[in-house]
Amino acid sequence: MSETSKNQLLKPDNWVDNYSDYLFNYAIVRVNSSDIAKDLVQETFFAGLRSAKNFEGKSTERTWLISILKRKIIDYYRKINSKKGQAEVRMSFYEDGENEGNWIEERVPQSWNSQTEKEIENEELKNQIDNCIDHLPEKYAMVFRMKTIQEFETEEICKELDITPSNLWVIIHRARTQLRSCMEKNWFNK
Amino acid sequence: MFKFLKITCQEANEICNKSQYNEATLLEKVKLNIHIAFCKICAMYSKQNAKLTDIFKSKAIDCKNHVHCMKEDDKELLKEKLREMSS
Repeated sequence: MSETSKNQLLKPDNWVDNYSDYLFNYAIVRVNSSDIAKDLVQETFFAGLRSAKNFEGKSTERTWLISILKRKIIDYYRKINSKKGQAEVRMSFYEDGENEGNWIEERVPQSWNSQTEKEIENEELKNQIDNCIDHLPEKYAMVFRMKTIQEFETEEICKELDITPSNLWVIIHRARTQLRSCMEKNWFNK
Repeated sequence: MFKFLKITCQEANEICNKSQYNEATLLEKVKLNIHIAFCKICAMYSKQNAKLTDIFKSKAIDCKNHVHCMKEDDKELLKEKLREMSS
């Protein structure tokens, strides 16, 4: 008896109509690819169906589905985090020796052309940023977007992706270094 | 004396990135400002970094106003799969 009443709390037939947009939007601001977001939503519904008997009705259907999606996002992040052969970021400083921590001469920042510096509202510039972010290794792009474009709190990102703050700052730092040189090459010094 | 305030260009660079998100501590900001007063390269770098932050912020405003939805075709396909799975 209790089994049936539990299951009546969930209405999988209505999941797609009621929650797919909400879950999709939640996923896409984090993974930034509609194909991946679509897959994550699908996996969430499948996992939801499989574990429907564990649903206790303590939270709403939507909250319950989101908690499943959150786990799927962590899994996804771990997958891209462990990918081998990611492009290493070129560092701008001497790693050791008496110059440790100093700028490497040929990588010293160059001044930007002052004309382009004024063009913040330029649409082409915004497209160029997207283009540069897309060229980052996937995990850098994901963390950078969450922090800088979606403006999530550091604590929130660390919790969601299960990483430490120092880990996050290393990623942000590398992402910004790489983005800067990409923007320099394609925009500021053109 | 005051040696603890001295940082390398690399450290300055890292603090500068943190401060773009207002997450550098007061001590870090003091160290950065002292460094910048003496290091022209890092001073320029900091200025450019702030510029990049402005650009990213204007991008962030655009993105926040955009709500993503799933395509109707994809939804129908998903419904189909769920029906198959539960039957």
